[in-house]
Amino acid sequence: MDMPTPDATILAGKERIVARLAAVLPADALITDPAETRAYECDALTAYRCPPLCAVLPRSTEEVSAVLKICHAEGVPVVPRGSGTSLAGGALPTADCVILGVARLNAVLEADYQNRFIRVQTGRTNLSVTGAVEEEDFFYAPDPSSQLACAIAGNIGMNSGGAHCLKYGVTTNNLLGVTMVLMDGTVVEIGGAHLDAPGLDLLGVICGSEGQLGVVTEATLRILRKPEGARPVLMGFDANEVAGACVSDIIKAGVLPVAIEFMDRPCIRATEAFAHAGYPDCEALLIIEVEGSEAEIDEQLGLIKQIAAKHNPVALRESQSEEESKKIWLGRKSAFGAMGQINDYMCLDGTIPVSALPLVLRRIGEMSRDYGLDVGNVFHAGDGNMHPLILFDANKPGDLEKCEAFGADILKLCVEVGGCLTGEHGVGIEKRDLMVVQFAPEDLEAQMRVKDVFDPKWLLNPAKVFPLASSAGRRAA
Amino acid sequence: MKPESEAELAEMVRGAAGPLALRGGGTRTIGRPVAGELLETGGLAGIRLYEPGALTLVAGAGTPLAEIDAALAAEGQRLPFEAPDMRGLLGTQGESTIGGVVAANASGPRRVQAGACRDSLIGVRFIDGAGTVVKNGGRVMKNVTGYDLVKLLAGSHGTLGVLSEVSFKVLPVPETAASLIVAVSDAGAAVQAMAAAMASPYEVTGAAWLPGTGVVLRIEGFAASVSYRSGKLTDLLSGFGAVEVEAGAKAGPETGPEAVAARWAAIRDVVPLQGAAGDLWRLSVKPSDAPGVLARLGAEAVMLDWAGGLIWARAAEGEDLRARLGVPGHATLVRAGAETRARIAPFQPEPAPLAAIAAGLRAKFDPRGILNPGIMG
Ligand SMILES: Cc1cc2nc3c(=O)[nH]c(=O)nc-3n(C[C@H](O)[C@H](O)[C@H](O)COP(=O)(O)OP(=O)(O)OC[C@H]3O[C@@H](n4cnc5c(N)ncnc54)[C@H](O)[C@@H]3O)c2cc1C
Repeated sequence: MDMPTPDATILAGKERIVARLAAVLPADALITDPAETRAYECDALTAYRCPPLCAVLPRSTEEVSAVLKICHAEGVPVVPRGSGTSLAGGALPTADCVILGVARLNAVLEADYQNRFIRVQTGRTNLSVTGAVEEEDFFYAPDPSSQLACAIAGNIGMNSGGAHCLKYGVTTNNLLGVTMVLMDGTVVEIGGAHLDAPGLDLLGVICGSEGQLGVVTEATLRILRKPEGARPVLMGFDANEVAGACVSDIIKAGVLPVAIEFMDRPCIRATEAFAHAGYPDCEALLIIEVEGSEAEIDEQLGLIKQIAAKHNPVALRESQSEEESKKIWLGRKSAFGAMGQINDYMCLDGTIPVSALPLVLRRIGEMSRDYGLDVGNVFHAGDGNMHPLILFDANKPGDLEKCEAFGADILKLCVEVGGCLTGEHGVGIEKRDLMVVQFAPEDLEAQMRVKDVFDPKWLLNPAKVFPLASSAGRRAA
Repeated sequence: MKPESEAELAEMVRGAAGPLALRGGGTRTIGRPVAGELLETGGLAGIRLYEPGALTLVAGAGTPLAEIDAALAAEGQRLPFEAPDMRGLLGTQGESTIGGVVAANASGPRRVQAGACRDSLIGVRFIDGAGTVVKNGGRVMKNVTGYDLVKLLAGSHGTLGVLSEVSFKVLPVPETAASLIVAVSDAGAAVQAMAAAMASPYEVTGAAWLPGTGVVLRIEGFAASVSYRSGKLTDLLSGFGAVEVEAGAKAGPETGPEAVAARWAAIRDVVPLQGAAGDLWRLSVKPSDAPGVLARLGAEAVMLDWAGGLIWARAAEGEDLRARLGVPGHATLVRAGAETRARIAPFQPEPAPLAAIAAGLRAKFDPRGILNPGIMG
């Protein structure tokens, strides 16, 4: 992975830069000891590591602003960081950067049930947002599998999704407003408890901009009343194609489940061995969840089971208890971890039109044989967001490179069939150089113009999202 | 000018000698009048791709909204966000195009549950001010590849680019729908009743208050479920006033599906405020702030949508209702004479740092300043 050469002037000026930061931060908010900065050398894409110049952990928007003013004046790159669970290397430092972690900004500022929103500092973890409103029977809808660890900051950075986004949408559909600090230290308020933008929809482009437009310190999020109940049904099929056809039929019938999750055999086996969720041993598994009152759930599941029956499922089981439902979801949410028990893995995240599913799964199988690497598939079937997990051995020379080449081929295939490189994990460094597969130079140019406006010196989260060759002129300027 | 293809459109923008006034169907005449050569998108029409099983639709920006609605209806699907028909309110003619809907981010009552137009929009193709064709997003509903210019273009009123193609996530039309009418005459109580309904687990897909009628709620879904939720909501809200259920499952023009649909079309199109002279304002606020704002506005006629978050107000010509807002939010002057629109910015002016970002974006996307210049103030 190519990264720009660290700026020698910055490395040489470390002492001065650190002294300036120390003047505006409490002592415990500045980390300079190389033994401690190591903790920030990577995110969940652990194949790439680089300790930063130093890390700061501010406790207020004012402190964030003070840090950014100094970095702006000194020309020091800044990498915003939430919990560091990015799978795309979105929070990977450069040797000449300051890591700006928002983990200590984790307060709930306001919970308003009448108007159904919560305002939080962005270092707060995703699950603890729901935790803060659960007593009133509310929840925050986007639920990435990493929700116990990942922060709202990173969710906004990546426009993260979750298993239930078929019904509730992803982060951008549940984000009402932000407080954001621009690279020059200016604090801006965008959106709030009211709906829609008065002028251009800046919030829309900030969400998913991977920390490259500003540092988001506070967020106003839509909260929803919990449904009366929810119940998943498990269905097993003896071919991926059949499971795909069943999903399409369910959608066409006008039932809109909150979640339709898919796993193939390698994933089912690994997950079952790890989480004992009671999954049937079959080629393809669907977890379909619906919500409502008992009677409403019965009605919807009745319809779904009727449709499924036409596809001759080898297993069909409705959850019988709250506990069983939890177990079914625990299995799905620990799928990555389960695969990790077997081997090192790389998790991909391309999206395809659901109609292309059978073709894509077949081609992935062929490639798997050609590359000699195993792959498991787990994904959000309702919206076509795939997560092929390629297994490799990090200790075996050449295996990582082979795995990356295989991954790139799968993502190119996603684009070829009308989909995209990433459905929810973001581009980061991981897919940066593949952007040219999906976008023409003019398309990338249009995106880079947005960064020109928000961060004219291109200091925020350098070397992510755009191929280095595309952004070279701007980064040098 | 009326290009027949995207390439021709790009050519026209590239070769433009001066400002261009962009027009889809010409039904949403919001913003300051634009002086420029007329550029119509009606030639870029037609549904390019529709996959009911994938809930996605792609169409040329000039495609009539009615054509898209009909194609979706044939498969039992619809655009989720219920774009208002503004002709009655604005006194315009013509046929709304899907590109115009997107450029205005036009969203109706279902905004509270299904999101705005921008939330269903998953891809765009557009021509920037230099005449370059740009694509962003695509035809899949989960996509975080690069910056989300899709959202940025929605509601940009043509000032960042001329849309040539748009893609949507669509949804199935529920089996049936019902309206609940709660007799509430006071705005404060109305907002509380709507808040109670929205905070219930009964999935309300529309919550409006029409003075003289009361609070109107909509529930959609399978028949048994709609009837169950109507019952629950009736119990929940009976403390606010008498509750009457207009149920779609029942036959007959007065209580059947047509009646429910007609009622919500009227709310969507702001029919109660049509047919009288005066300026029209659209204010977006935190719902619980709405009653206070209404008291300050001193408007001639009002109605609330979005559980109180959207205020429609008709006021005497030339009065600046924005000055009376007094709470966070924004006010758009939707209809007024040329003189008023010259004096009062139709779109809410933004704080300096945000205005600078918006101006910076326009300068980057349209360096010559030829795309609907000045329309957003
Ligand atoms: C086991 C596992 C399962 C996962 N499952 C899912 C899933 O189901 N769905 C999904 O979408 N993702 C998933 N992810 C990916 C990851 O959890 C998400 O991308 C998450 O949103 C990252 O949050 P974070 O706080 O860890 O952010 P980080 O990794 O710290 O940062 C992510 C990006 O956001 C930027 N950023 C961080 N803070 C800020 C800020 N304050 N202002 C501006 N930008 C900022 C960073 O620079 C970086 O580009 C999973 C990851 C793991 C390890």
